[in-house]
Amino acid sequence: MAAQRAARTKDEVDHPSSPVLQFGPDKPLKLDAGTILSPFQIAYQTYGTLNDARSNAILVCHALTGDQHVANTNPVTGKPGWWEVLIGPGKIIDTNRFFVICSNVVGGCLGSTGPASTNPATGKPYGLDLPIITIRDMVRAQAMLIDHFGIEKLFCVLGGSMGGMQVLEWAASYPGRVFCALPIATGARHSSQNIAFHEVGRQAVMADPDWHGGKYLDFGKRPEKGLAVARMAAHITYLSEAALHRKFGRNLQDREALTFGFDADFQIESYLRHQGMTFVDRFDANSYLYLTRAMDYFDLAADHGGRLADAFAGTKTRFCLVSFTSDWLFPTEESRSIVHALNAAGASVSFVEIETDRGHDAFLLDEPELFAAINGFIASAARARGLSA
Amino acid sequence: MTVNRAQRVDLDVVTDLIPANSRVLDVGSGDGVLLELLQETKQVDGRGLELSQRGVNECVARGLSVIQGDADTDLKFYADKGFDFVVLSQTLQATRNPKIVLDELLRIGNRAIVSFPNFGHWRVRFSLLVKGRMPVTKDLPYSWYDTPNIHFCTIRDFVNLCEELGATVEKATALDANGQKIGLSMPWWFWNFFGQQAVFLLRR
Repeated sequence: MAAQRAARTKDEVDHPSSPVLQFGPDKPLKLDAGTILSPFQIAYQTYGTLNDARSNAILVCHALTGDQHVANTNPVTGKPGWWEVLIGPGKIIDTNRFFVICSNVVGGCLGSTGPASTNPATGKPYGLDLPIITIRDMVRAQAMLIDHFGIEKLFCVLGGSMGGMQVLEWAASYPGRVFCALPIATGARHSSQNIAFHEVGRQAVMADPDWHGGKYLDFGKRPEKGLAVARMAAHITYLSEAALHRKFGRNLQDREALTFGFDADFQIESYLRHQGMTFVDRFDANSYLYLTRAMDYFDLAADHGGRLADAFAGTKTRFCLVSFTSDWLFPTEESRSIVHALNAAGASVSFVEIETDRGHDAFLLDEPELFAAINGFIASAARARGLSA
Repeated sequence: MTVNRAQRVDLDVVTDLIPANSRVLDVGSGDGVLLELLQETKQVDGRGLELSQRGVNECVARGLSVIQGDADTDLKFYADKGFDFVVLSQTLQATRNPKIVLDELLRIGNRAIVSFPNFGHWRVRFSLLVKGRMPVTKDLPYSWYDTPNIHFCTIRDFVNLCEELGATVEKATALDANGQKIGLSMPWWFWNFFGQQAVFLLRR
């Protein structure tokens, strides 16, 4: 089962089951690192139909370990799309009404060019030869995809966590191309604590002897243990202390008493091990390094002379920010500082903090208040955009 | 919102003061009743600032552009003259520093509209003078120990504050206990005695 998943993940890298847009040598991706990526490809999914005016397009940006399969069965895991609770026919983001696009980020591992992709110059996987990718690079690539669809202005760009960073970058880099923006559970920069957690994850991957200096695919190996530990550590940051206690407490796993050993006595240990093990089947370790780095490097204010409000100067985009009370990865204060910057820029902004104990991952879950906010915001923006119900 | 919603006759007065298609910031927007009224009747570009998260979430779910924030601390994040009108409706008396708040309103808006319950109303005076009790009226339904209204003022007090801040009163309206406008020709002392609520249009 795990081996099958891992094999499917490998298949998805160069020849994904999603549609793929190839960019040849005439269309290089300019990178913040000062170099270019060329040729490259973007794997994407779309749902619904683009209207004649091309005004009903919604771009969904995925998070660190997400992918383009936002509202269809995932070809690797066989599970429902990661935001199917929100997106689909008759759902809050109604694909009977909107044309929804979601693409795998550059640097990812499900079909867009990333470290596991074959480097055409060598015929081998890029590994660490892939230049460092930034959030802005991802967005630049998405803009090339949007160009391909002939869409001048997206009706909405939305996403959570790393997806939310892309939303903010979209609004800052292409203010005229975003009618409304919905960054959820995110920040305009990665905090020191967040960088610290990511560094722990990266070091875990690199400490695995199977990592082979990033060339593991050449050796037919994968640093599964290191990546699993990275995922376990990260997963804790996606939950809250209260939610962990509610779900697991100090409950024992399939046993009546402590075993006085290092087996997974506690349910929480067993749960985390499971999270780690299933993750390595569906994700490339180097991709994890690249994408965590992209988040670490993100600092929208620094890109605009140190003043976040300047990133949004003169913007006509309507914003709605959402945070969760128990999210300690991107606490409410991060969203609030973006709101203040948007106020200073005179932007139209709504901001909802949702009370929940489900932590950072709440944005992926069935949270009625989140859906009510998204619904109200999208409906009112659609009226303003002249999109019929 | 810190007074009874059913008593919000001042909302119509506020609405009448705002021309169509204005840019409006509603400070203390509550559940969004004024913003919605302004959007429907005046097609304003409206924004709200509201202290209670519940109020904010309700507003956003109804498609209003509202953020959670505190008039005492968060007005500084708004740009100078970013709005045609800034409305502070029945909220001034609940702020910690009404003078700074009013100063900020005049900075952010080309015009500020402030409505507040008049503590100089005869019923209030009567309650203190005769009963020796802090007044509890249908406009001000709270007891002294649980009221969010910590800085009451009279119409006269407010006029003085406006002078101190260099604000020009462009228009003032006092409403009597029945929500009726008190005649313009009446002197300030009359308004201060019989006005239960006041609505001021200010600029600086």
